Amino acid sequence: MVMPTAPTEQVAAQPPAAPVARRARRRQRNTVPYLLLAPTVLFLAVFFAWPMVQALILAFQDSSGQWSLAPVERMVNDLRFTESVRNTLVFAAVVIPLQTVLALAMALLLMSNLRGAGAFLYLWAIPLGISDLASGVVWLSIFTDRGYINSVLNALGLSDSGYPFLSYENPLSLFVCAAIAEVWRATSIVMVVLLSGLQVIPKDYGEAAEVFGATAWQRFTKVTLPLLRPSLQVALILRTILAFQVFAVVIALAGRQLPVLAEEAYQFYYTIRSPNTAAAYALLIMVLSLGFTVVYLRLLRVRDAELGRG
Amino acid sequence: MATVALAQRRGPTRWHLYASAILISLFILIPIYLIAVAAFTPRSVLNGFPKPIVPVAISTDTMQAFLATRGVGQSVINSLIVGALTLVLSLLLGAPAGYALARFSFRGRDSFQLLILITRAFPIVILAVPLTVTFIDWGLYDTLLAVALVHTALALPTTVLITASIFISVPVDLEEAALTLGCTPVGAFTRVAMPLALPGLAAACIFTFVLSWNEVFAAVILTVSNRTLPAQVLSSLGDSPLPFRFAGGFALILPALIFIFFIRRYLFNMWGRVVR
Repeated sequence: MVMPTAPTEQVAAQPPAAPVARRARRRQRNTVPYLLLAPTVLFLAVFFAWPMVQALILAFQDSSGQWSLAPVERMVNDLRFTESVRNTLVFAAVVIPLQTVLALAMALLLMSNLRGAGAFLYLWAIPLGISDLASGVVWLSIFTDRGYINSVLNALGLSDSGYPFLSYENPLSLFVCAAIAEVWRATSIVMVVLLSGLQVIPKDYGEAAEVFGATAWQRFTKVTLPLLRPSLQVALILRTILAFQVFAVVIALAGRQLPVLAEEAYQFYYTIRSPNTAAAYALLIMVLSLGFTVVYLRLLRVRDAELGRG
Repeated sequence: MATVALAQRRGPTRWHLYASAILISLFILIPIYLIAVAAFTPRSVLNGFPKPIVPVAISTDTMQAFLATRGVGQSVINSLIVGALTLVLSLLLGAPAGYALARFSFRGRDSFQLLILITRAFPIVILAVPLTVTFIDWGLYDTLLAVALVHTALALPTTVLITASIFISVPVDLEEAALTLGCTPVGAFTRVAMPLALPGLAAACIFTFVLSWNEVFAAVILTVSNRTLPAQVLSSLGDSPLPFRFAGGFALILPALIFIFFIRRYLFNMWGRVVR
């Protein structure tokens, strides 16, 4: 945590001949950064650290405020629990690799001196501003029974009444539609992170590898990818945390037919009116997010020597 | 350029690159085009099948019907208020911290940066669930301020990082020159650093606003009657006709299209670490 006091040894290290006024200004200067940081730290303590503690408390209390395992038991024994855990994890496991590969391709395309790269960058960044709810509704207009895909299929004479992509009878196509909507919306953020990572890789490295006869593929796997590891780490952590909160896109496309964790938290809070069980779900999402963050930090550990400074 | 020539010889050809770039652009643009067509097609055409892919009868009926639906107009206003509150709060709280990161080296600087990074490794929105209890205690439940506070927690780490990178790009020499010419430190900040940082700060504001405009989980958990637009659309998804939903989808996307255009130059400052 941030120490709210000024480091005193710096003041003490001043030559004794320094005028008093100057010493006072120096001390004041040392407290300034802490004063500037204080609002942010306080705010995060109240609206970030405290709710975390409170989630922990609520998840282990019954509705009368007594310590109890009831909320956790209620969550685990819920009929939709296993399904929602499985859906959330499989969804992340399908969507994130797709997004990473696509985003990497997009970032490399933008780095390859294409004419009009600026226009492409703007177009590809548009989904950054689109919410998961809006994305769900957009793809609903495409995949719904009398939507645009079925209209095209009909016009091409491939299907008279269209295929029920979003029917509960087709859980696989329902899942695929939600995944497409999510790839469409949230690949941009991965692209931007990777692109900013690519931009700081010195060009000399690739050129040196080229001089030594490395092919484009070798330069990509042996030079670019390892140097991109810090950015990959950031992008994967960001995306995974967001993927565990997936919510509105699924509701917009599938209603209640594709349960995911955040949706269960919402339903338990809103429809079932059990804030304690909802908090248990929130806690579970938090634990999953943290667990995966640690995994990414370990798997993609960045060694200083690899950053080109060694 | 030698590298381009080599890339042509060894890697994929230019033609392949352009073809892929155009394909990706189509993947992103076609759905936006389709929702726009849906939002501006009269209900009678929308209910037909097959639906026309090109706009056959442009009309604002569907959008008007959406905006005239009870609660929708107010929810747009609520969204604007929450967005503005979030923007002001996160800038007031975050910009000083960003300035401190950019201008001072002090003990605890690394710990603070770590704290900021850690907050982004948490599903902050989910914390709306336990926060409801606090807000009920404080009498803030079902208020726009409650939603804005959660959105500020969500935006604050990014605001700190963006403002830090913005102030780093403002030369410290200019501020020092102002100090030697007799400005107070506050004067040097408001009259020299601030104007130079303004475009970047504006971009940060827009980013924060879009983030708040889009957020739905906390908004729907923390309000009952004071819905924001996404919360209003989400809670009426189950029992509203398709044209209503399409119009809602378009209304949600529209600000994004405009705002991303304005902040495209600053997109790269928004992620990653502060480098000094």
